[in-house]
Amino acid sequence: MQLNLDSKIPAGPLETKWQRHKASMKLVSPANKRKYSVIVVGSGLAGASAAASLGELGYRVKCFCFQDSPRRAHSIAAQGGINAAKNYQNDGDSVYRLFYDTVKGGDFRAREANVYRLAELSVNIIDQCVAQGVPFAREYGGLLSNRSFGGAQVSRTFYAKGQTGQQLLLGAYAALNRQIHNKTVEMYSSTEMLDLIMDNGRCVGIVTRNLRTGELSSHLADAVILATGGYSNVFYLSTNAKGCNVTSIWRAHKHGAGMANPCFTQIHPTSIPVSGEHQSKLTLMSESLRNDGRVWVPKKERDTRAPQDIPESERDYYLERRYPSFGNLSPRDIASRAAKERCDAGYGVGPMGLGVYLDFKDSIDRYGRSTIEARYGNLFDMYANITGENPYETPMRIYPAPHYTMGGLWVDYNLMTTIPGLFAAGEANFSDHGANRLGASALMQGLADGYFVIPYTIGNYLATQKPLTSGTDHPAVREAEDRVSKRIAGFLAMNGRKPVDHYHRVLGRIMWDACGMSRTEAGLKDALRRIPELKEEFLSNSYVGGTGKELNQELEKAGRVSDFFEFAELMCLDALNRNESCGGHFREEYQTEDGEALRNDNDYCYAAVWSPKHDGSGHDLTKEPLAFENIQLSTRSYK
Amino acid sequence: MSLIVNFYSSTIGKKVAMALSGLVLVLFVVGHMAGNLKIFAGINPASGDYKIDDYGRFLRTMGAEMLGESGVLWLVRVVLLACLVVHAVSGILLARANRAAKPEGYKVKSYRSANAASLTMIYGGLFLLFFVVFHILHFTTGTLHWSFVEGEVYANVWQSFRNFLTAAFYVVAMALLALHLYHGTWSMFQTLGVDTPRWNKGLRTLAKVVAVTIFVGFSAVPVSIAFGVLPAPIQTAKSK
Amino acid sequence: MDLTLFVWRQKNADTQGAFERHELNGVSEDSSFLEMLDYLNETLVSKGEAPVAFEHDCREGICGSCSMSINGRPHGPKRLTTACQLHMRTFKDGDTIYIEPFRARPFPVVKDLVTDRSAFDRIQRAGGYISVPTGSAPEANATPIEKEHADEAFDAAACIGCGACVAACPNGSAMLFTAAKVAHLGLLPQGQPERHERVISMVTQMDDENFGGCTNHGECQEACPKGISIKYITRMNRDYIKATLQRGVSLRGKMQAQ
Ligand SMILES: Cc1cc2nc3c(=O)[nH]c(=O)nc-3n(C[C@H](O)[C@H](O)[C@H](O)COP(=O)(O)OP(=O)(O)OC[C@H]3O[C@@H](n4cnc5c(N)ncnc54)[C@H](O)[C@@H]3O)c2cc1C
Ligand code: HEM
Ligand code: HEM
Ligand code: SF4
Ligand code: F3S
Ligand code: FES
Repeated sequence: MQLNLDSKIPAGPLETKWQRHKASMKLVSPANKRKYSVIVVGSGLAGASAAASLGELGYRVKCFCFQDSPRRAHSIAAQGGINAAKNYQNDGDSVYRLFYDTVKGGDFRAREANVYRLAELSVNIIDQCVAQGVPFAREYGGLLSNRSFGGAQVSRTFYAKGQTGQQLLLGAYAALNRQIHNKTVEMYSSTEMLDLIMDNGRCVGIVTRNLRTGELSSHLADAVILATGGYSNVFYLSTNAKGCNVTSIWRAHKHGAGMANPCFTQIHPTSIPVSGEHQSKLTLMSESLRNDGRVWVPKKERDTRAPQDIPESERDYYLERRYPSFGNLSPRDIASRAAKERCDAGYGVGPMGLGVYLDFKDSIDRYGRSTIEARYGNLFDMYANITGENPYETPMRIYPAPHYTMGGLWVDYNLMTTIPGLFAAGEANFSDHGANRLGASALMQGLADGYFVIPYTIGNYLATQKPLTSGTDHPAVREAEDRVSKRIAGFLAMNGRKPVDHYHRVLGRIMWDACGMSRTEAGLKDALRRIPELKEEFLSNSYVGGTGKELNQELEKAGRVSDFFEFAELMCLDALNRNESCGGHFREEYQTEDGEALRNDNDYCYAAVWSPKHDGSGHDLTKEPLAFENIQLSTRSYK
Repeated sequence: MSLIVNFYSSTIGKKVAMALSGLVLVLFVVGHMAGNLKIFAGINPASGDYKIDDYGRFLRTMGAEMLGESGVLWLVRVVLLACLVVHAVSGILLARANRAAKPEGYKVKSYRSANAASLTMIYGGLFLLFFVVFHILHFTTGTLHWSFVEGEVYANVWQSFRNFLTAAFYVVAMALLALHLYHGTWSMFQTLGVDTPRWNKGLRTLAKVVAVTIFVGFSAVPVSIAFGVLPAPIQTAKSK
Repeated sequence: MDLTLFVWRQKNADTQGAFERHELNGVSEDSSFLEMLDYLNETLVSKGEAPVAFEHDCREGICGSCSMSINGRPHGPKRLTTACQLHMRTFKDGDTIYIEPFRARPFPVVKDLVTDRSAFDRIQRAGGYISVPTGSAPEANATPIEKEHADEAFDAAACIGCGACVAACPNGSAMLFTAAKVAHLGLLPQGQPERHERVISMVTQMDDENFGGCTNHGECQEACPKGISIKYITRMNRDYIKATLQRGVSLRGKMQAQ
């Protein structure tokens, strides 16, 4: 089905769009707010902040997460920092500059109006978080400290050591706790959303499974917000937490919600390489390391000498060679691809040949070990802990890893998906990052969505709706519950001998090869052929065991992996459709002579929005053209 | 009132009650130990009595002008008893709650900072409760003493500790007390919220010093008597 | 490497649990402890047996999900390291390893190594926040905060809510966790208005959840993967005493002259 995409971008000049929109939105009166209920799925930065703010406004809110506590949502793991255009460093930052950097960093595939609003709200986020007690780093004078981050020429990143995500999430969690205490929010931890309840094309609730008891329940609400994070785990190995999944947004998509740009995924250049088959996830090493480390590989193919034994003249500092002006600080997508290129050509290091050196020797010689220790001590320790190697003496080995997904549910300016009553916030929506996200801006987006956008825009929607009167005896509820029970029964009936993880791993491998850092038409087509085959095998050959009426982690995985299988196909389809290279999407056919991305603004300056065909036989593509009225499209160059 | 009830009903409140009463008990024990050392001071040439006996008399008569014979002593006794009761009752209540909170231990026991002292506080405490009762029947009322003479502290003590077993029992008891205080003296500051990273080392040392001093100071008496360092009691002015 | 594992198996809170012995061969030294368990589970599943349930998510030592005691130590033998960050090279070929759930009554076993730690959430809900409605915050740099206080607050805020402190404490006490939360907010100027209320409500909730009391064993601090210091416990005791005294001299209510 073709979608009717109305982005609802308010008219008027960029700078005043949001203010004017806020002033003209419909309101729900305080007395009436109690009559409306809102479901928030997800308790990460986006979910927790939205649930807390909505509860505070007076709506009846239910919040869900699959972890045993909302504080464990994946946002907790973010390390580096959060951007805000505060210009505390007096280095010329402004809302406009943050807006510009974000649009450019995203390779001109994001919506101007949304990005501008994000930059505008970034300022309020810092105020809010500080007031909640988030212990951001401070200078001796007691004022907030900033650091610089990739893709920006100003210092606008606020941070709390290497735990920015945890500290921000604890702030949002505290706000959520206050509302739970005040009984405006009901929290459901260890509860997974498995389907939507639809009534005449409108979303009116969700079906959940209590992961501890296996009990299925239905929850009705006037609006549902999905803030369920990203889908990097489609690659099996990623820097995301093990539980991160595509289930909620994929279920929504199956009911018709448009999925935008699923192939836009970000590969982070500095992760600890895979050490063997046992590997279950990848660990990120902060990007900041590239400030003092030099990246190199041996000049000789398959050189097995220890790095110390390779003389200077036989080392290839390929980033410095290829990008003399940015060198080791080239942006994420560029640095990642360059590493892959070297490894594919046979120059990779480490046991699997999938790694490059990040060498601190020069910096240690120049600044002394203690300075380097002060800057990166905790990261070095973490590296040593995981690899058993001492990075002060041997260079670190790093390799790119899937990290963030720019794609997600299509939303309009009000963050509503193409299904009325269904909203998406945080990494789950197709967001404001276009084809590539700049460091430290995901946290910003999650909190902007949750604290400052959705609480307003949802009122605008609810004001047009009568409060829901039907109870859980509604036929749509039974229908949804039946769908879920059938699916669960199906997984439990699988009677092979292979663990679910095995298929996830194989799927991940296919996706990494075909739809990872670089993509080709042939590779994608091959993947599109292999994925359904593998899915068949998965469904007939894996084993879950146990029952649905208890804690059953294999069952949880089966549901998630099954959704990843379906989603992976769409991802490849989207990558195949986009005959250009932009941001994190690199099609080998579309590159310049010296291997740089070749964007095609004439044909692909749009968000690709996919919806299921009526007969379920595939997907339809609807395009949301992106108009750039305030920024000139240009080519990114880092030479 | 409800403020106090609420406070005491919390685990922290009970611990604070223990720490405050424990402090009084510690001070008493330290004083008592110092007093006991007068046993080594021999006879007061002025009165012709053992100095320790004089000391006992002093304790009974101090403040007599105001509160009568033994008045102050009784006051002190009441305070001590109250502290002991508060301390013991809180200790038992807490220990029960703590045990309930940890019904099952680990298969492999592995501790890093908990130690013999901290892990046995309740047992040591219960033993001390028993000891104090025994001790009062022994040296204060003489009920459990085979040759007790009211007021003749030196003689009473000497006669008892000539018996090697009695002396040994007291030494063991003092070891257990020292263990209780090795943890207790520091724990008290921790509970009252006065420990800080800067003072911590000093307080830990203080606890060690208190424990060792108490052990050595108290044990000196039974040990010296058992090994014949202190002479047998002689007829004194009082006993004549 | 080859290992002998004794893993605690328990169907649910109402049934008795017991150790189950497994010989696991060919474990990679480079794998993490949880990857070793993944491997065990894959072998179990391929034999049609039930895998060991254990909690985990980030596997980076920050979410606080992973929770198991390894040879009697919550999170295992390595200091300042969560179970998910513990690597098998810490062990030797041929080792016997006992794997148990976090043990404490307020953390009942849900299944195998999974326990219910929702009591922590309830302690936080009782008052672990600063009441600042969305949108009502003053400019972030309006109140400078002494760096020392900010750093101290951060150190307390580093707590990942894993519950190892409770699991390690011979009394099953949640003092370290609660104290870390109280200190994080209590050390910041923003946290002052609710400081006394907060400590009283959080301690009350902590006690209501049937955690044991603190007798200063210090095991919690040894087990804490984030190195939270027991100095925060002292601080909370102080705050709790102060808060009670403060209530005693509160100026609210009436007074009579005669
Ligand atoms: C290692 C790492 C480091 C990062 N560092 C940074 C950084 O420094 N700066 C930055 O800006 N960004 C960073 N990011 C990105 C950023 O952390 C995430 O994009 C962001 O936190 C996502 O927040 P969210 O609220 O959208 O989702 P999440 O935090 O992922 O939360 C998802 C929530 O949804 C729930 N959920 C999911 N599915 C279901 C379901 N089916 N049913 C019920 N509940 C469900 C989960 O329980 C969870 O509560 C980093 C990411 C990683 C992986
Ligand atoms: C070797 C160790 C000890 C010796 C030799 C000793 C000796 C004595 C003597 C001789 C008396 C009687 C004094 C008198 O009646 O004038 C006495 C009283 C007492 N002792 Fe000890 N004591 C010892 C240890 C302790 C300890 C460890 C405690 C406490 C834990 C203790 C508590 C008391 C008390 C409560 C009294 C009664 C005081 C009173 O009410 O009159 N003693 N002790
Ligand atoms: C009468 C029987 C006694 C019992 C049942 C008892 C029990 C206990 C217990 C269970 C504790 C708590 C352990 C801890 O805090 O780590 C404790 C602490 C303590 N005890 Fe005792 N004890 C007794 C007698 C004594 C005596 C006689 C003294 C002093 C001489 C004493 C001094 C202390 C001190 C100072 C503490 C530390 C208090 C704190 O940490 O707040 N106790 N006792
Ligand atoms: S204090 Fe330490 S051990 Fe306790 S919950 Fe927090 S991080 Fe875990
Ligand atoms: S181990 Fe337990 S007794 Fe106190 S110091 Fe830690 S809570
Ligand atoms: S799994 Fe997140 S801390 Fe161990």
